[in-house]
Amino acid sequence: MSGRVLVGVKRVIDYAVKIRVKPDNSGVVTDGVKHSMNPFCEIAVEEAVKLKEKKFIKEVVAVSCGPQQAQETIRTALAMGADRGIHVEVTGKDYDTLGPLQVSKIFAALAKKEDAQLLILGKQAIDDDCNQTGQMTAALLDWPQGTFASEVSLEGDKIKVVREIDGGLETIKINTPAVLTADLRLNTPRYATLVCLLILKPADLGVDITSRLEVLRVDEPPQRLAGVTVETVDDLVAKLKESGTI
Amino acid sequence: MFPASRYSSKAHRCIRALQTVQVEHAAPQLYATLNTRRTCSSVSTPRITTHYTVHSRDKDSRWEGVEMERFADEADVVIVGGGPAGLSAAIRLKQLANEHEKELRVCLVEKASQIGAHTLSGACLEPSALTELIPDWKERGAPLNTPVTEDVFSILTEKHRIPVPILPGLPMVNHGNYIVRLGNFVRWLGEQAEELGVELYPGYAAAEVLFHEDGSVKGIATNDVGISKDGSPKDVFERGMELHAKVTLFGEGCHGHLAKQLYKQFNLRENCEPQTYAIGLKEVWAIDEKKWRPGRTEHSVGWPLNRHTYGGSFLYHLNEGEPLVALGFVVGLDYSNPYLSPFREFQRWKHHPFVAATLEGGTRIAYGARALNEGGFQSIPKLTFPGGLLIGCSPGFMNVPKIKGTHTAMKSGMLAAEAVFPKITAESLDSETTGLHAPEYAETLKNSWVWKELHAVRNIRPSFHNYFGLYGGMAYTGVFYWIFRGKEPWTLKHCGLDANQLKPAKDCTPIEYPKPDGKLSFDLLSSVALSGTNHEGDQPPHLTLKDDSVPVSRNLSIYDGPEQRFCPAGVYEYVPLETGEGMRLQINAQNCVHCKTCDIKDPSQNINWVVPEGGGGPAYNGM
Repeated sequence: MSGRVLVGVKRVIDYAVKIRVKPDNSGVVTDGVKHSMNPFCEIAVEEAVKLKEKKFIKEVVAVSCGPQQAQETIRTALAMGADRGIHVEVTGKDYDTLGPLQVSKIFAALAKKEDAQLLILGKQAIDDDCNQTGQMTAALLDWPQGTFASEVSLEGDKIKVVREIDGGLETIKINTPAVLTADLRLNTPRYATLVCLLILKPADLGVDITSRLEVLRVDEPPQRLAGVTVETVDDLVAKLKESGTI
Repeated sequence: MFPASRYSSKAHRCIRALQTVQVEHAAPQLYATLNTRRTCSSVSTPRITTHYTVHSRDKDSRWEGVEMERFADEADVVIVGGGPAGLSAAIRLKQLANEHEKELRVCLVEKASQIGAHTLSGACLEPSALTELIPDWKERGAPLNTPVTEDVFSILTEKHRIPVPILPGLPMVNHGNYIVRLGNFVRWLGEQAEELGVELYPGYAAAEVLFHEDGSVKGIATNDVGISKDGSPKDVFERGMELHAKVTLFGEGCHGHLAKQLYKQFNLRENCEPQTYAIGLKEVWAIDEKKWRPGRTEHSVGWPLNRHTYGGSFLYHLNEGEPLVALGFVVGLDYSNPYLSPFREFQRWKHHPFVAATLEGGTRIAYGARALNEGGFQSIPKLTFPGGLLIGCSPGFMNVPKIKGTHTAMKSGMLAAEAVFPKITAESLDSETTGLHAPEYAETLKNSWVWKELHAVRNIRPSFHNYFGLYGGMAYTGVFYWIFRGKEPWTLKHCGLDANQLKPAKDCTPIEYPKPDGKLSFDLLSSVALSGTNHEGDQPPHLTLKDDSVPVSRNLSIYDGPEQRFCPAGVYEYVPLETGEGMRLQINAQNCVHCKTCDIKDPSQNINWVVPEGGGGPAYNGM
């Protein structure tokens, strides 16, 4: 076990800012608008750093996908206690179409490359509210997932996760390596203080600018053909024979 | 960072209102004039202020055993404030360092989460200082995209407009100037500074000035984080950091809170008049393309203010792709009627036919407010002290009739850098005190165009204090400035502290403001939401009161609570006490847009604005 945890952090428009739609309706105004780390990602980073402080894991690596400014978010994660940062540079048109599926493929590839024991993400991003990346990454890696985590404890090589679900709380035990997504009550994130920022000056940041690992297009699934209603079972059998299914 | 409560400021108000409604069955009204004077006599004042600057932590049992040691780092120069002055000083220092092949560590701290987020101004920029600092600013992509093409000046009456010709030589001629979104310009300056190697730290506020044993300034300390609303330490409590420097430049902008301390500490204001201020409120609108005239500047005086209240409006048509206009209203804070609300005057002004014609069919996309200096030449304090100096709007170099202060602020920053550079790079430190003293800065400033410019217009603002008010002032300007170029041998005085100008409420008439119509004029809270302001909710209110009982006993009883009206963000509210007897002051610190008006205009001078946790405050975008 490498004892390494990957934490995904996303740079989003600050939650207190009033969103404005672009005049040409092509998207929202982001130029010059105040951005910050997604609140659930802050909780994820805090949880990873806490695990390191409790000596359950050895290294916390913060990962962000996006243009140059994503490095600010990584720096904040480093100031909170992460050891290393990886910036996956995605710009322009690719960035506009960057969604959970592409990000989960990037994370899956990174998790394998970095030999990560754990991948902690925020449960969702406050700009798209997708709540998909964690789950998709787990599926791609074929790893167990503990989503909506409000309590995490490591027990040997298993993880006990208390999940917030509609009906209340669900406690599960999963194997490592695993994917966790952080919910609101998991912890209270610490501040990214100037001390931490100054101690980790740009030269020592160790930010890896990996060129895009894979930026994939999501193709629309093939048009679903209209169905045909049949009257009797014999008709159904006849039609199935016709299409070559049986 | 991530506050426990995610409610918007509007929702928070609703929740608080609901709690008091249960007892009183009367919703607290923001602009209620109280006919029955309720006094808070026998009931003890509920605790409002919990900040450690008022209630020391040394004797507080909750702080026993908490680690209070701070980390420290050394730099050559520390600059407080990332506005035009601070950034110009930083850029100039690095330029000089490169010229002379010297190593220089320049650190700049800024309370906004990103450079430019707390910047608000009209603004018509005179590019003189910029051309001196960065001659190739155009090639470098400085966002000066709108040269002024038309200059319109009017005196407004309730329904009509009297055009005033702008003759060449008058201070408000704008030929050669650019309409800019100052926040974007400051952001660009920040990029230039970073390229040169300046260390910028937005999101960290300078909360404390540090001193050497000999009394000279040693540097600053950034704010502590993780103190809860009642003043006790939270789990995430962390001490701020100390930044030590050979010399510290203070560029906090108008009425900075550290500068306020320095004035007292070093007696910097003993030979100048008290500073006098105005509040400027601003909105940005996306208007109908047919009404858009890029490069057009409009200024007005008169309605809705009476002739004794200094103030006026601006409306600038930007040329940056979208049909945007930047418009706003300035009210001198030496007004005497406590019922006056600068915010509502601004909203009311927009209904004037001349203004409404431009705005009709448009959408408001931004709002903000900030205090500005009006004292000019007479109010410039002593600028240097052992270990530091003051730059920009903090001491105050605004040319009031031109309503321009950016060019002079930038020049003051540049001169400060030039005065300080030889001292810090000198082979032997030739200084009596450990913190370097650079009085040469004041000397070079006195010999520069900044001084000449401010001297020439020094009598215009005070000339408004006469029986004819506005018209007397305009007549004076016409004669003494336009004809005699400000060479008259006398210097008029201001009338003292703005806070002392309010008349008791009983001697004044309440002003009937029209209700906002939701299309041209708006209510306060939706405007505040548009500023994007927010603060960590669980921290001591940064609007501290020296004495918690004074608001009700003095401000409310004598002046009917003027802070409810002059605050452009709805921070101050007088609400009924839960027990039903009397009122109490409620401070909605999260709404604060850092304009500093309350610190300036409080008639009891009881409010002391201190800096909240860094990163909080408005999220202006190109204001």
